[in-house]
Amino acid sequence: MTPQGDRRRLRVGPLASTARQAPPLDVDELLDDPDTRIIVCCGSGGVGKTTTSAALALRAAERGRHVVVLTIDPARRLAQSMGIEVLDNTPRPVPGLTWPKGSRKRPVDAPRMDAMMLDMKRTFDEVVESQANPEKAQQILDNPFYQALSSSFAGTQEYMAMEKLGQISRDAERDGSYDLIVVDTPPSRSALDFLDAPERLSSFLDGRFIRLLLAPARGPARMMTAGLGVVTSTLTKVLGAQVLQDMQTFVAAFDTLFGGFRQRAQQTYRLLQSEGTAFLVIAAPEPDALREAAYFVERLGEDQMPLAGLVVNRATATSPEDLDAEEALAAATRLDRKRSRSATAGLLRLHADRMRLAEREARLRERFTAAHPEVPTVVVPALSTDVHDLDGLREVGTLLAGG
Amino acid sequence: MATSAAGRAPQRGPQDDRWAEVRLHVVTGKGGTGKSTVAAALALALASHGRRVLLCEVEGRQGIARMFDVDPLPYAERRIATGLAGADGRAGAVHALHIDPESALMEYLSMYYKLGRAGRVLDRFGVVEFATTIAPGVRDVLLTGKVYEAVKRNSRNRGATQYDAVVLDAPPTGRIVQFLGVNTELAGLARMGPIKHQADSVMTLLRSPRTAVHLVTLLEEMPVQETADAIEELRAAELPVGAVMVNQVRPDELDDTSLADALAGRLDGPRIAADLAAAGVEAGDTLVAELTEEARDHAERRALEDEQRSRVAALDRPTYELPRLAGGVDLGGLYELAARLREQGM
Repeated sequence: MTPQGDRRRLRVGPLASTARQAPPLDVDELLDDPDTRIIVCCGSGGVGKTTTSAALALRAAERGRHVVVLTIDPARRLAQSMGIEVLDNTPRPVPGLTWPKGSRKRPVDAPRMDAMMLDMKRTFDEVVESQANPEKAQQILDNPFYQALSSSFAGTQEYMAMEKLGQISRDAERDGSYDLIVVDTPPSRSALDFLDAPERLSSFLDGRFIRLLLAPARGPARMMTAGLGVVTSTLTKVLGAQVLQDMQTFVAAFDTLFGGFRQRAQQTYRLLQSEGTAFLVIAAPEPDALREAAYFVERLGEDQMPLAGLVVNRATATSPEDLDAEEALAAATRLDRKRSRSATAGLLRLHADRMRLAEREARLRERFTAAHPEVPTVVVPALSTDVHDLDGLREVGTLLAGG
Repeated sequence: MATSAAGRAPQRGPQDDRWAEVRLHVVTGKGGTGKSTVAAALALALASHGRRVLLCEVEGRQGIARMFDVDPLPYAERRIATGLAGADGRAGAVHALHIDPESALMEYLSMYYKLGRAGRVLDRFGVVEFATTIAPGVRDVLLTGKVYEAVKRNSRNRGATQYDAVVLDAPPTGRIVQFLGVNTELAGLARMGPIKHQADSVMTLLRSPRTAVHLVTLLEEMPVQETADAIEELRAAELPVGAVMVNQVRPDELDDTSLADALAGRLDGPRIAADLAAAGVEAGDTLVAELTEEARDHAERRALEDEQRSRVAALDRPTYELPRLAGGVDLGGLYELAARLREQGM
């Protein structure tokens, strides 16, 4: 195969159409700005969030930032794509970083980047251990309800991601270990789950139900008594008395920790609203992914969270020559009729297929831009190979920077 | 080159016997592989010969309504489409159900405990919110519980529609075992009592030959890897692995020789230019160069697809391939995909 450099770069982006174009997203400007402290990559599943986060982190590191990338995905994807076998709850240095050619930086101060993968249950356990005395911590860790909650509560992962981000950010502020944190968000049912996690936790902690469970410990709740009987008897009927008791024990033991949890969740939420944070919404040129992206953009606006832009991955590359799909197909049919045995008819059909894909993608993007004209956008062409290593990530980084 | 014509075509022929016993088809896949599309196409393909098929979604996306171009679905079964007609020209019907955990909880309480009115009290005390969003696994057991109810219906359930098959558009592969197996977890949490009994019954159905968990993948490394991982996890959880559905397969316009030529940069430029001229296309050198470049790009991807195809074959599950539809998937596209599934013996 010929080296990449010899090849004509296929163009991505709007076709000849003159419909509204989104302003371009300048990724390098974002990465180089020392005021950018946190970059959060969000979007629906399967759009390349993990790869994008890793590529951004690597590019930032090789441009001189001290970076840590925090990935939450339980699959070994980032680990694989970064050539690291084990990622655990501690940031580990990624080997093999170099300054780009022509850089005037001294080779002695090689670029630095750490990576970590979130272990949800361990983060939860660590929080409990750090907040309670050993005896009480053990009591909580042994509770069956806690064990089920910490490993399967829909949203625990999101919440723990926020918790870990808060931790790393506080540590970095204190000891200057990192000046940029890149965060990959969990593969949620919806991209919005990440933002809702703290709120959901808060509502769990403040919820009437928890109060109700705590009520016996906190004295009489006469106002509630009428309904309380119905609730308790229903729960006993459905769940069995044992579960209810486990829940009560857990809630009572956990009660003292609630304040700390809620406070930190709110802190992290404010951190996300601060000027040093930049949200990147990642999407693929598919209706579902772009719809999620639009929801996310709107939600960030409502929550006053700083949106840096939209990354559309996996775009179909087209060449600028004007031969539209219909023309190409008609020509292919004429060649078939002549019983030509060359590959040309096939090439024309491939071209038509590609043009159709590209037209459809452009239409979808235009629709997004029409609704959100202010969102800076970068379109990244689909790579023909999977990203396995730092070179692959560098290539993605170059494409993200519009190169 | 790994390409071979034999390797490309999925196993064809009478695979349909394989699924004759299956009443519940669970469709999962990595995010972005198009599992909802495949679930919808499967429901259409199964709904022939007057058969009634129920297509369920549980993730609150209203994806079925969008795909079938109908109003957002309530928590009630609706007939949404005529199935794909069988060889005898007879079609069946596809019904759809959008299952949300709150409604499922209310229905569950009134059905099994005659606690219709208690529901409102529970809601007032925040129990419904707690149960459906926070309590470990309760959300999932409510969702699978409703699917179980639809599968188990028989003539004794007067007034309720009975289905020949139920297709569940399930959560993605990363969560599928937890979603289906969470019943064990909940059953472990609830060591006795009615919810344990309920969870056990659901689990019995899910582990029986009447269930098949199909996995949707693309011919790309990560989705294939995730499919392989999911198969192992499903087996470890004793859940029945169904077929591998390979989605969005690239068009097959070039033969093996042309693919090899395209990869090696050996395509005959002057010949292409002459062909284009003969077909009435004004061909500059640029166009020829671009078509050649597109062909090379395509050939590279096809070679990667073949690599992944052989990994899929090594999974040793019945495999179905569905084409990538360049114009996107609309209702017509769903029938086209259903027809492809049928051709391959579904």
